[in-house]
This record gives sequence, C-alpha cells and structure tokens, in this order.
Amino acid sequence: MSTVAAAHDDHDHHHAPTGLKRWLFSTNHKDIGTLYLWFSFAMFLAGGFMAMIIRAELIEPGMQFVDPEFFNQMTTVHGLTMVFGAVMPGFVGLANWMIPLMIGAPDMALPRMNNWSFWILPFAFAILLSSVLLSAFGHGNPSAPNFGWTFYAPLSTKYGPASTDLFILSVHMMGISSIMGAINVIVTVFNLRAPGMTLMKMPLFVWTWLITAFLLIAVMPVLAGAVTMMLTDRHFGTSFFDAAGGGDPVLFQHVFWFFGHPEVYIMILPAFGIVSAIIPTFARKQLFGYASMVYATASIALLSFVVWAHHMFTVGMPLAGTLFFMYMTMLISVPTGVKVFNWVATMWRGSMTFELPMKWAITFVILFTCGGLSGLMLAITPVDFQYHDTYFVVAHFHYVLVSGAVFTMFAAAYYWLPKWSGVMPSKLLGELHFWNSLISVNLLFFPMHFVGLAGMPRRYADYALQFADYNFWISIGGFWFGLSQLFFLAVCLQCALKKGEKAEAKPWDGAEGLEWEVPSPAPFHTFDTPPVVK
Amino acid sequence: MSNDDLQARNARTLKKLLIWAVAMFGFAFAMVPFYNVICDITGLNGKTSNTAATQSPETVVEDRVVTVEFITQNGAGVNGSFYAKTHRVRVHPGEITLVNFYASNPKDHDIITQSIPSITPGQAARYLHKTQCFCFDQQTLTAGEMKEMPMIFYLDPELPKHITTLTLSYTMFDVTERVTGTDNKSDTVVR
Repeated sequence: MSTVAAAHDDHDHHHAPTGLKRWLFSTNHKDIGTLYLWFSFAMFLAGGFMAMIIRAELIEPGMQFVDPEFFNQMTTVHGLTMVFGAVMPGFVGLANWMIPLMIGAPDMALPRMNNWSFWILPFAFAILLSSVLLSAFGHGNPSAPNFGWTFYAPLSTKYGPASTDLFILSVHMMGISSIMGAINVIVTVFNLRAPGMTLMKMPLFVWTWLITAFLLIAVMPVLAGAVTMMLTDRHFGTSFFDAAGGGDPVLFQHVFWFFGHPEVYIMILPAFGIVSAIIPTFARKQLFGYASMVYATASIALLSFVVWAHHMFTVGMPLAGTLFFMYMTMLISVPTGVKVFNWVATMWRGSMTFELPMKWAITFVILFTCGGLSGLMLAITPVDFQYHDTYFVVAHFHYVLVSGAVFTMFAAAYYWLPKWSGVMPSKLLGELHFWNSLISVNLLFFPMHFVGLAGMPRRYADYALQFADYNFWISIGGFWFGLSQLFFLAVCLQCALKKGEKAEAKPWDGAEGLEWEVPSPAPFHTFDTPPVVK
Repeated sequence: MSNDDLQARNARTLKKLLIWAVAMFGFAFAMVPFYNVICDITGLNGKTSNTAATQSPETVVEDRVVTVEFITQNGAGVNGSFYAKTHRVRVHPGEITLVNFYASNPKDHDIITQSIPSITPGQAARYLHKTQCFCFDQQTLTAGEMKEMPMIFYLDPELPKHITTLTLSYTMFDVTERVTGTDNKSDTVVR
C-alpha cells in the first residue's frame, strides 16, 4: 500500500522473493491470480479424468472397468472437484488478476488474506482427493465420498463412509477460502477504486463479481452449517437429519439447496461479466444496455434465494409451495433474457471479427441459452416429476456449466493471456482447441437430453440396453472433449514460457478499459499512482 | 486519502462482512427450528403431533367417511416384524378409533425402539389427533418378545373436504445405542 515507496520501482521488484518463496508468500494480486488459475486448471484436468472414467464405464451397457461403488465415488468427486476446485477458483483467479487492473487499484485490499485464501485450497483438495487415491489403490474400503456431490442425508450421515469426515473438513476449508476471497473482492471494489471510477462506470466483470462476492458471503456459511450439522449427526449424537431422533432428512435438502441455488449463480455471474467485456471489444460497439445488465445481475442474485426448492419438487411439497417455486424459477428467465438480448443487441450491426475470445463468447451465448431453456423445462413442476434425476438434468447443468462457465473461462484466458504473459496465445492451437471443443461438447452433452427424456436415470454405473447407442457416442464425445483440452494446456504452457508473438499493450483494437493501459505483460506493480477516470 | 485512513476503512468493511458471514452460519442453524415451525403449520413433512390430544371430538360427522390406511417399515437396525393389525379402517371424522400395532424382536437382546410417524397427504397432519400412541415414547422390546402397541386416534371434523384417504406410515428405528450410549458415537439422549 506504500504508494510513495513503490512509485519508483515500477518493474524492478527488488524486494520480491524469488523461486518457491515468491509463490508461497506472495501477496501480489497477479501472482495469486496466476496460482488460482493454474490450480483451477489442474483441478479441471483431475475432475475431467474422473469424468473419463465415468464415460469409459458407460461406453456400453454392463460393467466394464470399475465396480459400481467406485463409479459412485467418481461421480461424487468429479462434481465436487469441478464445482469447488475448477470453476470457483478459476473465477477467483480471474477476479484477482483483473479487478485491480480494471478499477485502477494497486492490488487487492487485503493482500495477506488473499495469500491465505489461495493456499488453503491445495490443502483442502489434498484432503478430499487423498480419499480417492486411498480408495483407488486400496480395496474399496476406505471408500471415498460416494453419495453424490449434493451429499444428501442420510447417505452422507448414517450411511456415509469414514472418509465423509475428510470431506467435511475439506468443504469447511474450501468455504473459508471462498469467503475470504469474496470479502477481499468487496473491500477492494468498495475502497480501492481509482478517482472517478464510480460504481456505474465499473466494467461489468467487476459488477458481476461484486454481486457474486455478496452471494458467496451469504451462502458459503450456510454450506458450512450444513456440513457441521452432518458432522454432529455423525459423531456427536445430534439428529438434525436423522428421523430416528426426531430430525428430518428433507431438512438437509432445504439447507443444502438454500446454499446450492445461489451457488449456481456464483458459478455463472462472473461468466456474464466476461462475455460482457469480450463481445463489445470484437463487435466494436459499446455494450448495449449497461445499466440494465447491472440491474439484471442484481435481480438474478436476489431471485436465487427464493427458488431453491425447485431442486426438490419430488419430495412432496404442498401445491402452493411447488407453484411458488415454479413461478419464481421462471421469473429468473426474465433478467437472464435481458442479458442475452443485450449481448445479441451489442453484436447487432457491429463490425464483428471472430478472434478466439469472440468465438468462445458467441458459443457461450448460444449454448448457455440452450442450457437455460432446458432449465425452464425443468422448472415446470409436473414435467420435472418425469425429468427429475435423469440425464436430462445432467445435460442441462453441463450445458450451463461447461459450455457456460468453463467456456467463458477459456474466452477470458484467450482474451487476457496477452496481458498476463506478454505473448499472444498460439492461433493454431487455439483454433484446434476451439473447434474440437465446440463439436465434442455437443456430441457429449446433447444426446444426454434424449436419453434423459427416455428415462435414463443419472448416477448409475449401468443402463438399459435401449440407451446403448446414444451412450456410446456420448462417451466418444467425452473422450474427444477431454483430449481437446490438452491443446489448451499447450497454449497456456507456451504463454507461460513466453513463446509466441509479442503482445502489445492493447492487442485487441476494439478493447476498452484500464487493463489495456498498462504494458503487456502487466508489470509486477501497476497503478501505484491511481489513474484518473473521466 | 492517506494510508491510515484507507487501512481503517478496509478494516471496517472487513469487520462488517465477517459479521455477516458469521450471521449466515448462524442462519443455517436457525433454519432448523424455522423449518419445524413451517412443517407444524403446513404439514410439509407429514409429521403428526408428538403429544396426546387432550380434547375429545365434539361431534361425529356421520355423513362423511374417510379411509385411513396404515403402513409400517423397519428402519435401520430393526429386523423383526412390525405391522398394524388392520391395514385400513373407514371412519367418520370425530369417531374415536383404536388400532393395534405389533412389533417383534427376534434378537437375543433387548432393543429400544422409536417409531416415527408420517402422513400422506401432509396437509392432513394437523387434522389427525392421537389420544394415545406408541410413537409418543420409546418402546422397549425384550429379546424374543412380540409386543402389542395401541394407537387411538380421531380425525378432526374440520378435515378438508377433498381428502378422502389418508395414509399413516410408521418407521420403527432401533435407538438402543443412542439411549444407552453403548456406542461412543452417540453420547446424548435422543430428543
């Protein structure tokens, strides 16, 4: 924070430790952002590997490679790794890198807490994944968590394996990490904006992250509460979720989804912000309806607190309850529709070019909308009774999470890698990554709609013969998509090793924003003297 | 703005947000009693009242007949037979009815059981009054015993008109470990 002292050592960070210490003790938002992003990518590959095991088992009916018990562990830990290890830390990494640059701040407001919030994560996942390794190389016992990523009681309480306690500890740590990260974002945005950077001038990525951070602080503690109740139910004789002691297992679902639905928006709102940055750049037009974007984001966040029970229509709710949750859920499509409309309107009559970030962003708009539409179908209570817990649901949330959240992270990476690394990402590898991912992701997830509607339930290691053809192609799509990500690994490694065409300070000619006013790669310290925003 | 000012402001914002986070942790636990109250009012989870009704019905609605079905399940740790003597009765609202349930314990040691009721449709939970029920207390089944357990109930004459059939389900759980604390997992008495 010492603006005076740091002003004269812009790029020569003589006091910064080098080697391992640089990363371990880092309080620099760019280094921590980089750590988050690499961690997220590593978890994406780990979770993806588990998805491959799932798809290998499902490539034909009958049992192939793993026993059903291990299959259950794979679906569970795949979900947990992707949600808490890949998507959430990925967005936190982007926030760390970009928010200070976008609002003209020298760093995050609470740099030491920033270091903590990152370094908790590898330990949290070491704990969680250790149970998988033990299970994979042991004899099935100790089993890794096997109750699905939603860890419904009593599967996770009375019937949970011993490793459930590892899981509980690791979720607590992830929660603490997320809450600290979120607090840091809010304090930074509130207190460190450059002079003239009013709230309504902030780039949408900052806005969506600010709102996401509030969601995180509101619901991560509820998740912590849920796992704490699990822990006391398991070991300290309470009966929050145990019917025998007067508790109610359905209560678990209410507590979980009170966290879980806002969590869905935690994973997608920053993506909205990224797309809102990229589309105007390559359409060479201002974002259409900036203010309505901000209000739509806020409305989505508020509505996310009153829709949770649409995940549990089948538990037997009174009619009035199901109607309420159905209408509230459908209401969310209004602000979401506003956003999609604004993105399309931004492109309308723009001078569009289709560089890699734009390709990913447009793909996001189309495929996310597909996922949103299947979400609307699921919101219809009577219809949901048929779709509940089928592959239709799996198709829905993978469309919004993979071709939604993950694709925008790719878009963000291609868009900002020049700023992060100082070199342009390889066009050839990038195109290969994009086209292979685009085709394979649809081969992977689109047929899931059909098998789901035909009644194939999720989370089983086997299926009825009539689903065999679709599942074969889904698995092929899965392997194809998984392998396509190695192109992205190559892109990232090339950039990290500074191999490639040198990037200018502003490599995209339609780009706007403070982050393009600093050189590429962004120096270790930026905006020690705050810029003036007009 | 000077550095100290900024530090102080950051600390203030941090403190507010931390308080909020802690409050939301508390909120998760507050959801438990809140849920129970909602369930009591709406019958959301089909739980019938856990206390004996003290008032007797004022009238018997002779011109209305409601079917009440009884189903039973063994919960974790129970392996004996558990059933209602009559699986269905047809009653007038306000009519006091006795149904006997039987449970056996084929094990070679005593077990303490707790039966948990659940009613479908849940909306009817408020209108089923029990004057006596084996589910109000824990029942000890001695080794090899077959126990008769009475349940006396009447339906509230106010029972909504569209409800013509009720299903009352009992799940019997073995709570011996919870009560006696033989397992170090459970050191508090069941609520």
